[in-house]
Amino acid sequence: MFVIKYRKIFYTIAVLLVGSSFFVMAFYGVNLSIDFTGGAITEVIYPESEIDLPSIREDLDKLDLGNYTIQKAGGDGVILRTKDLTEEERLGVMSSLALGDTVKIEEKRFNSIGPVIGEELKSKALWGLILVIIAIILFVAFSFRKVSELGKESVSSWKYGMVAILALIHDISIPTGIFVILGHFYIDYQIDILFVTALLAILGFSVNDTIVVFDRVRENLKNSLKGETFEQIVGKSLSQTFARSINTSLTVLIALGSLFFFGGETTKQFALVLVFGVTFGTYSSIFLASPLLVTWQKFSNK
Amino acid sequence: MKIRITAIFLIIIGGLIGYFIYNSQVNPESKFSFKLGLDLAGGTQLVYNADTSKVGGGVDAKDAMDGLRDVIERRTNLFGVAEPLVQIEKAGEDYRLIIELPGVTDINQAVTLIGETPLLEFKVERPDGKTQEILAAQEIYFQTLQNVEIIGDGQVTPEPDPLALEEPFLDTGLTGSLLDKAQLSFDSTTGEPTVLLSFNAEGKAMFAEITKENIGKIVAIYLDGAPITTPVVREAIRDGKAEISGGFSPEEAKKLVRDLNYGALPVPIELLSTQTVGASLGEGVFNKGVNAGLYGLIAVAFFLLIWYRLPGFISVVALMFYVGIMLALFKVVPVTLTSAGIAGFIMSIGMAVDANVLVFERVKEELRKGLDIENAIKEGFARAWLSIRDSNISSIITAVILFWLGTSLVQGFALTFGIGVLISMFTALTITRTLLLAIAPKKEGDLSKFLFSNGLK
Repeated sequence: MFVIKYRKIFYTIAVLLVGSSFFVMAFYGVNLSIDFTGGAITEVIYPESEIDLPSIREDLDKLDLGNYTIQKAGGDGVILRTKDLTEEERLGVMSSLALGDTVKIEEKRFNSIGPVIGEELKSKALWGLILVIIAIILFVAFSFRKVSELGKESVSSWKYGMVAILALIHDISIPTGIFVILGHFYIDYQIDILFVTALLAILGFSVNDTIVVFDRVRENLKNSLKGETFEQIVGKSLSQTFARSINTSLTVLIALGSLFFFGGETTKQFALVLVFGVTFGTYSSIFLASPLLVTWQKFSNK
Repeated sequence: MKIRITAIFLIIIGGLIGYFIYNSQVNPESKFSFKLGLDLAGGTQLVYNADTSKVGGGVDAKDAMDGLRDVIERRTNLFGVAEPLVQIEKAGEDYRLIIELPGVTDINQAVTLIGETPLLEFKVERPDGKTQEILAAQEIYFQTLQNVEIIGDGQVTPEPDPLALEEPFLDTGLTGSLLDKAQLSFDSTTGEPTVLLSFNAEGKAMFAEITKENIGKIVAIYLDGAPITTPVVREAIRDGKAEISGGFSPEEAKKLVRDLNYGALPVPIELLSTQTVGASLGEGVFNKGVNAGLYGLIAVAFFLLIWYRLPGFISVVALMFYVGIMLALFKVVPVTLTSAGIAGFIMSIGMAVDANVLVFERVKEELRKGLDIENAIKEGFARAWLSIRDSNISSIITAVILFWLGTSLVQGFALTFGIGVLISMFTALTITRTLLLAIAPKKEGDLSKFLFSNGLK
C-alpha cells in the first residue's frame, strides 16, 4: 500500500500544516469572540440610506464606550463590537447608529455577554474538549483491549488510543489555524461557541473514521496469514477501507457544502469549520493514524 | 417471502410517517408544528444572576429561586409573550435565571418589566360604592370576549361597558415591603388551608387602620398588578396579623405563601447577558436551513445512486426513513430547533449514510469472493456491524459530553446529532437490510451482478 510506503511524505505534510497552524495562532493570536471574552455585538441594517461610517464613528466617540470596532457587513448592514453594554448604553449606541435618530435602522441582532458568563463558557468549552479526548482514548483502548494478544508483532491497545489522539490534535489544530488566518482578515471569523461545537463534532467524526480502519486491522490480525508482517496487515486494512473512508467523507462534505452554500448566515462558518475538519480528519485517519501504528511498532521492536 | 411482507409493512409505516409530517405542516393549527429556537423565530434571551445570599430564615435557596421563577413567569405572561421560557440554572454557588421571550425584540421593555421588584399591594373598595358594579361589568365583558372567540372570526370586538375599564379598588399605600412574613396554616375546625400574614410595625399600624375602616368590605391583595385574593374583612385587626381563608386547595395556599414571602422579599437579580435576534434574520435562517437540508439530501441521493446502483437506491429509501423519523421526533418530543440543531441534523445525514457505505463495501468484497447475492448481503451486514457499532459509540460519547456540558446552543447540536446517530443505526441496518434482501434476486445474471456491485467496475 502506497500510504504505508511513502508515510514519511504524509507525516511531513501533516507536521508542516500543524506547525504552521500553531505558528499563526501564536503570531496573530486567537481571535476569541464575545462568547468567551464578554462584550457586545450589535448588528443593524440601513434599509433606506447609504451607510455613513465616519459620521457614525463621530457619534459613537461621544459615548464612553472604550475601544470598539465597527465594520460594514453584507450590503446594507454594519456590525459593531464593544464592551458589554447596559440597557442605557445600548440605547445610546442605537441612537448613534441612527445618527441621532435621523436615519432609519433595523436591529438585526444584539448580544451582550458579561465577562462572568464568558469565563464560564471558556472553561466549559475547554472541559468539553478535554473530556471528549479522554473519553475517546479510554474507549479506543477498551474496545481494542484484546488486540495485543493477537500475534507477536502487534501493538498494545493503548497505543491505538494514543495514535487516535495524535490524529485528533492534527484534525482540530488545522481548522483552528485556518480560522485564525481568516479572522485576521475578516471581522466575522471568530472563535465562538459554535466554532468549539464544530471542533467537538470533528473529534467525533474523525475518531469514527480512524476506528473503522483500526477495526479492520484488528480483524485482519485475527485472520492473518503466516509470515504476514504488521506493516503488510495495516497496508491491507487501509486499502480495504480506503473506498469507504473517501465515500463517507464525500457524503458528509456534500451535506456540509449544501449547508455552506444554501444555509443561513449563522451556520455558514460552522459548515466551513466542519468542511476543513472532515477533510483533514479523513486525511489523518488514512495517511496519519494507521501509518503511525506501523512506525510505532517498528520503533519499539528495535 | 416472509422478508418481502416485512418490507411492504416497513414501507407502509414509512408512508404513514411521511403523511404525519406533511399533514402537521400543512395544517397550521396542528399541535405538532416544529418548535423553533430563538435564533430561528426571533426573540430575546436574558440571563440574570440571582443573589441568594440574602435569603435567610431557614428558606432554601432553591425554593427562593422557584418563587422568583413563578413571579417572572407571571410577569412575562402579563407581557403577552406566547411561550415564555424561564429556567433556573446552577452555576457553581450562584443561581442563574435564563429567560427566553420568543417574538420580543424590544429589549428595553422586557428588561424594565422583568427588572421591577415584585409588587404586593393591599387595596380597598372605592368610597363611591361602585366596586361591586365594576367587578360585575368586568365579569360580563370578560364573558362576552370569550364568547366572541368561540363564535369565530373575532372581527367584531365588542365595546366594553365604560364601567368595566375603571379600577374597582383603590390603593392604600400598604405594600409587600411592610410585610414581615406569610405562613401556611390549617383551620383547626374545618381543616381548610389558610394563609397567615404578619406585618412589621409600620405595616401593623396601617393594616389596623385599613381594616377598621373597611369592616364587611373587601380588602383586595394584588400581586404585580393582578388580584390574587379578595377576602372580606370581618373585624378590625390590630395585632398586625391577618388570616386569609378563601377556599384554597393546600397547593394554592402554599403557592400564595411563597408568592407573598418572595413577592415581599424578592431575590435580587442582576442582568448578565442579553441576546436578541430580529425576526427577519431568524426567518431567513430557518428557510435557508430547510433548503440546505433538501439540496444536500438530493445531492447525497444522486451520489449514492450513481456509485452504489441498486443498493444505493435502497439506501436512499433508508435515508428517507431516517429523515422522516427524525422530523417526526422533532415534532412529537418536541425538540426545539436552533441553527446549530439544524446543522447537527444535516451533518448526521452524512453519518447516516456511513453505515450503509460500510455495508455495501463489505458486500462487494463478499461478492468478489464468489458468494451469491443473498449470502453476500447477509455476510456484509454481519461483518460491518462491529465497525458500525464502535464508530457510532464514539459519536454518541461525544454527543453526550456535549449535551452535558453545553449551553443551550451546543445542546441543540448535541441533541439532534446524538438522536441522529441512534436513529441512523436503526434505519441503516434494519431497513436497508430488509429491503435489500426483499429485492435480492434468486437467479443471478450479469444484470443483477452489475446492479449489486458498485464503483467504477
